[in-house]
Amino acid sequence: MRRGGGFQSLIAYLKRNPALGWGLAILVFLLLFASVGELFIDSEDVYPLSEPINEIPSAKYPMGTDSQGRDLLASLILGTRMTLSIGMIAGIVGLGIGTVLGFISGYFGGVLDDVIKFIVDVLMTIPQFLLLVMIASSVPKPDEMGIVQMGLIVSVVSWVRPTRAIRAQVLSMRERAFVMMAKLSGMGGMEIILKELMPNLLPYLAISLAGAVNAGVLSSLGLQTLGIGNLREPSLGMTIYWLRYYNAFLRGMWWWILEPVAVIALIFIAFLLISIGLDEFANPRTRRAV
Amino acid sequence: MRIPISYALKRLGFLLAVLWTAATINFLIPKLTPRDPVNELVQQKIAQMGLDSSAARDMVESLKEIYGLDDPLWQQYVRYIWNTAQFNLGYSIVNYPKRVNEIIGETIWWTLGFVMTATVLAFVIGTVVGALVGWSESSKYVQWLMPPLAMFSAVPAFILGLVLIYYFAFKIPIFPLRGGFSPTSEVDWSSFEFWLDVAHHAALPAISLLLVTIGQWALSMRAMMTTVEGADYITFAEAKGLKSPRIFFRYALRNTMLPQITALAMRLGFIVSGSTLVENIFNYPGIGRRLGGAILAFDYPVIYGIVLFLVMGIAVATFLVDLLYPLLDPRISYTGG
Repeated sequence: MRRGGGFQSLIAYLKRNPALGWGLAILVFLLLFASVGELFIDSEDVYPLSEPINEIPSAKYPMGTDSQGRDLLASLILGTRMTLSIGMIAGIVGLGIGTVLGFISGYFGGVLDDVIKFIVDVLMTIPQFLLLVMIASSVPKPDEMGIVQMGLIVSVVSWVRPTRAIRAQVLSMRERAFVMMAKLSGMGGMEIILKELMPNLLPYLAISLAGAVNAGVLSSLGLQTLGIGNLREPSLGMTIYWLRYYNAFLRGMWWWILEPVAVIALIFIAFLLISIGLDEFANPRTRRAV
Repeated sequence: MRIPISYALKRLGFLLAVLWTAATINFLIPKLTPRDPVNELVQQKIAQMGLDSSAARDMVESLKEIYGLDDPLWQQYVRYIWNTAQFNLGYSIVNYPKRVNEIIGETIWWTLGFVMTATVLAFVIGTVVGALVGWSESSKYVQWLMPPLAMFSAVPAFILGLVLIYYFAFKIPIFPLRGGFSPTSEVDWSSFEFWLDVAHHAALPAISLLLVTIGQWALSMRAMMTTVEGADYITFAEAKGLKSPRIFFRYALRNTMLPQITALAMRLGFIVSGSTLVENIFNYPGIGRRLGGAILAFDYPVIYGIVLFLVMGIAVATFLVDLLYPLLDPRISYTGG
């Protein structure tokens, strides 16, 4: 592939790969919403009793308020940031551990490979979310759980899939001609990994990262929906927890239900499109129609 | 066609390893947490009933004796594994004399009912739709099914459930808002009306699970179909002059089904995790809703018991699918498994 031209060639590529383009566009929009959005709100309004309760969206409360008197626009802005941050932490930690284990397992093989492969296989059979429910519900003082703590809890399982995916890629790449060539020319194991394998694996690492962040967001949303985590902070999952708690359905508070749902749906659709786009980038031969 | 013994033994060994790992994690987590459920419970009782502190201390001691918490760790571990092997998951702390087994027995059928129905339907519909979309001779209109199905497949079922409840239980009230049966009706499994009522309540939770999983099956099936279409045996079948539907069902679909069945084993965990959250959103009286309740009450034997039960169930189901696999695909090497 011809490189250079920076931004322009990126735009040109995204035109050929619309899934990646749209996915990144939605993600950038969400990131802007979660960061720049804070300039337009008072971040104290996300806590209970800061505003009148059950307000329908109006000029004063563009997205309404909930039954605890939280301003929903402010809650969604900070909540999106919290939820995406938890996902990022889980994704980055997961990918980091997964890359190291995947390379050790795939490249060097041997007993270590058997052990890692076995552990990964066992953990793939155990539903990760249920494991997280057990761990997260046993954490001391769940009410004070911060973003980092939640991210790290989710990381307990977020390395399993990346390890498996990266191991498989390394295994298939290890026997290829260019690696043989590097071996023959006297490169050491680490040098081959860093100079020959890593650059070729970048698209797969990106796919693994997108998958791990996606899984992290999903797990944290699920845990919070079950009431595990900081009940005071307005993360997206906690917003779902509270709307169930206060029976927003029976009272027809559509704004309280549909707004977080829309944000959450956008997050997942962005990740879906990004992973489809990255897949196309990594395997240009598989033509996808979505 | 039969299942080779060495392959079966290997899978059985793996199953035992999964069960042992799950049980050990289950044993260790409560030991690692500084939270003390017995104390928390007694504090709660003190607040409720106004016990004095010496009575409270007696209560803590006797409860710890019941749960054997003062024995050395290895004794507790051995006893725990022994009990688990006999499927004795202990007692609920919050509803004390009630056994976790009993709680599972009361709730699991509700979950199995709607989850299995939704999963079977989603597997069949998703596989057929995905195969049709991937098959180049299908009508172009079939292609239009894919984008919406892919979108649904990305969104978690419980989030979709929230939207469905709002539109189809509140706005246009054709389905009930919550629960497994009407509060006015009596539980009577011999009456047809009660079954109808149960189906009516299960419909919306099942649809949210269904819509999300159909897309997942369709996506993987379409990808498989596209690769199979280029295969030599398809070209040969066409050259022989076989009719298109016959090639589709007997040549293409049959071969692409196999990875779908592997995927079924891999996805059981996701499906059960998803249904747990769906049950909580719909207040459906299944095992996932009970787990949600136990989490809020910090009833730890119930949390750990239900999680362990679900993990074991999924491990056993995966084992069974693995055993069936060589029967379906004579090509796979049994010894390599």
